[in-house]
Amino acid sequence: MSVGVSRRVLPGFSLTLGYVVFYLSALVLIPLIACVLKAASLGWDDFWSVVWTPRARAAYALTFGVSFVAAIVNSVLGLIVAWTLVRYDFPFRRLVDALVDVPLALPTAVAGLVYASLYVPNGWLGQFLVPIGIEGAYSRLGIVLVLIFTGFPFVVRTVQPVLAELDVETEEAAAILGATPGQTFRRVLLPALVPPVLTGFALAFARGLGEYGSVIFISSNIQFETEIAPVLIVSQLEAFAYREAAAIAVMLLAMSFTLLVVINLLERWSQRHA
Amino acid sequence: MSIVIQNVSKRFGSFTALQDVSIKVPEGELVALLGPSGSGKTTLLRIVAGLEAADCGTVQFGTDDITNQNPRDRNIGFVFQHYALFRHMTVFENVAFGLRVRKWANADVQARVMELLSLVKLDILAQRYPSQLSGGQRQRVALARALASSPRVLLLDEPFGALDAKVRAELRQWLRRLHDEYPVTTLFVTHDQEEAFEVSDRVAVMNAGKVEQFDTPDAVFESPASAFVLDFLGNVNVFHGRVQDGKAHVGEIVFDCPGPENQTFGAAKVYVRPHDLDISVEPSEGASLQVRVTHLRPAGSVTRVVAVSIDGQKEIRVDLPIGRSRELAIRKGDVVFVHPRRAHVFAPDYAI
Amino acid sequence: MHKASLAEPHLPSTLPISPPPPPAARRRPEGSPVVRAILISATFGIVGLLILVPLASVFTQAFAKGLGTYWQNLVGNAETRHAIFLTMMVAPIAVALNVVFGLAAAWLIARFRFPGRTLLITLIDLPFAVSPVVAGLVFVLIFGLQTPLGEWLLAHNYQVIFAPPGLVLATTFVTFPFVARELIPVMEAMGPDEELAARSLGASGWQLYCRVTLPSVKWGLLYGVILCNARAMGEFGAVYVVSGRIGGLTDTMPLRVEKLFQEYNQPAAFAVASLLTLLALVTLVVKVSIEPRVRQEQERDLPPEISQEKA
Repeated sequence: MSVGVSRRVLPGFSLTLGYVVFYLSALVLIPLIACVLKAASLGWDDFWSVVWTPRARAAYALTFGVSFVAAIVNSVLGLIVAWTLVRYDFPFRRLVDALVDVPLALPTAVAGLVYASLYVPNGWLGQFLVPIGIEGAYSRLGIVLVLIFTGFPFVVRTVQPVLAELDVETEEAAAILGATPGQTFRRVLLPALVPPVLTGFALAFARGLGEYGSVIFISSNIQFETEIAPVLIVSQLEAFAYREAAAIAVMLLAMSFTLLVVINLLERWSQRHA
Repeated sequence: MSIVIQNVSKRFGSFTALQDVSIKVPEGELVALLGPSGSGKTTLLRIVAGLEAADCGTVQFGTDDITNQNPRDRNIGFVFQHYALFRHMTVFENVAFGLRVRKWANADVQARVMELLSLVKLDILAQRYPSQLSGGQRQRVALARALASSPRVLLLDEPFGALDAKVRAELRQWLRRLHDEYPVTTLFVTHDQEEAFEVSDRVAVMNAGKVEQFDTPDAVFESPASAFVLDFLGNVNVFHGRVQDGKAHVGEIVFDCPGPENQTFGAAKVYVRPHDLDISVEPSEGASLQVRVTHLRPAGSVTRVVAVSIDGQKEIRVDLPIGRSRELAIRKGDVVFVHPRRAHVFAPDYAI
Repeated sequence: MHKASLAEPHLPSTLPISPPPPPAARRRPEGSPVVRAILISATFGIVGLLILVPLASVFTQAFAKGLGTYWQNLVGNAETRHAIFLTMMVAPIAVALNVVFGLAAAWLIARFRFPGRTLLITLIDLPFAVSPVVAGLVFVLIFGLQTPLGEWLLAHNYQVIFAPPGLVLATTFVTFPFVARELIPVMEAMGPDEELAARSLGASGWQLYCRVTLPSVKWGLLYGVILCNARAMGEFGAVYVVSGRIGGLTDTMPLRVEKLFQEYNQPAAFAVASLLTLLALVTLVVKVSIEPRVRQEQERDLPPEISQEKA
């Protein structure tokens, strides 16, 4: 257990405090503040006219939309996989468990490259899907698919520990009290799983909002259609429209920070009955 | 509703948990399954509950053979050592659970749950969550939950094991009083001898998958059926001797043995309870053992004396009533004489 | 998951420690074999389709034109060679910087209480909430050639943006929480007792740090380092923005993959991607193999060597 120790007893307080504050400021605070200031230099009205253009709105809507859909899908898939990994034993279980982390370890560019090549008309999967009308590459669907990949581990990893901690005895008690397996699942297990699924959803969602590397491979990046917000920022940069880029970045930051707060509140809420 | 267990056996891999166990729990009685860990008591309880399946044998409630019924259909109540309360439900909803899954009407649920909560004196805490309750309170909720649907049989698995000593003692008495008022046939598992004796009408002492003795607490204590039972229940001094002509000889001391007068066999063990030994300053009639006192300790209404035989080989424990120990005024280091008033003699395989 | 060990607000780290595998086949009241079969098949299907197929595809496409072409793609092309070299340089520097920061931050946060501590913890998590593109953008805004600072630097023949230093900065920003977040729970679990004991025995600060603290957190540190490194080598968005896409100068491996893809040179793109994938797989293997030791450090079980000494 960590105990607050008098600074005089253990050495290094000033040294580490100074270094940490310096590092954080130089690397994180100052750059972020610079971004906000740059955006602010537009003035309030101009700021809104820049971040609220039809093109920008389309980008936010798309970013939000695809992240949301991908996170929903991941919630379902993640719950299934987490449940199976925790409650059943089967050959290769450990391997499958380790594979869940691949999207976190794999560079996003590789993910984008692979997904793009898989879903084009002559790709491994595209050759079956395109004829039946499912265009995975260069479409919004493609963005959703690749975001499902990058966000997949989150729900699995938030649900697993909660599921693993559930008492067998609680389920036995429910059975003895007369509940069918379905009733036990609905009334006893599911309520315990809602908090981690929600937390995992929020994490996957947050990840999707910022994702860039994988998306640009698979998206056609057409304005109003398949341009996500980060792509919009980059194109503003390439046009040397720094203030505009900063403004949109600030919008994205605001969305992410809000999500961060929500995630923390969710985690606290999950612990309320512990 | 009585519980009739007949010839139940159970093995887990190569480990035999239960061997041909048969017990009848009379209707309305509170019976304890008492034994050390590994004795099979929890396995037996779980088989009665339906959480495990016996390899062979039958279990009946009254005249219903429920051996192959699954737990949900048996209409029993079960209380777990670690409560197994539903964490995200209030106390009220926990107790109501068994009623709700049976689709009781709301008004009926309300009435029954509040009835039970006042029975266990937790009605004011009905809207709290388990995390806000103490261990003793949680266990009472668990009990109320188990009783809610009027089960025909109540099963408790070391219900007070997770509680601290004082709460344990309180809840024990409370359970006994509850049972006196509402006599549901109850079977409970414990490794605590005091608990079994205080609470139950009858005790089944179990060891290594078998029932060594099934009788009232008094009978089990005073007339233990085997060396194990005697040894398990309370402290006991063990002497090695032999039986000859119907009497057991330990050194110079001769004990009467019940049984035919001309019995003779070799080694036997003589068990004497600490409170069945008396101490005197002079050697008494009949042989007695000379010992030196090494330890004296007051313990409630007795003085616990630990002594070592003069040849240093044997440690002997004696419980002297306080009055007697004051009368004798012995001290550490004194040499005194110990003689038994009563003893149980067991040959290796059976009691005499 | 480290539950409350980081005290207040936090995000689980992006490669959380998996819970220990549950004991095989715990008895459960009823498991319908049909449901079980469906769920297990679904799991294999999901993981197969989402993960195995892409992994297989990387290597298949990389080697599609044979081993010779694969090798040629990697070493025959000057810009690709440089990209590999650049990644191998930038990532370790970023990791090293973040290790120093992580050690300092863990010591500060785990051993002292002071106003603003919670804020500090939140700030450390910040990069997780920032899109990589934004991360790159902020550095362009400060060091870009259009700023006074950028102009001044250029006058002194020094460039940050569109040059390797910018890559290092952007990579460091994006990866800096990793080491700290792995170290803090480990150090909190360890508690200050041993260090206080060392202090009372007369050790100086550095002595107690090197002899007492570091050995106790070595697995957490290693874990943080491999996560940090994997992320650093794979970082795309932030580096894309600060690099200016100058091939042969500022393209790292992920950027090279993208450029090759744009040039329709699939085999070469996949060749480079296969290296990155290999790195990811190695990272996972190392992670899985040291996880039990890291968990021990976090839960403060005695590692095998010490418990044997005591016995």
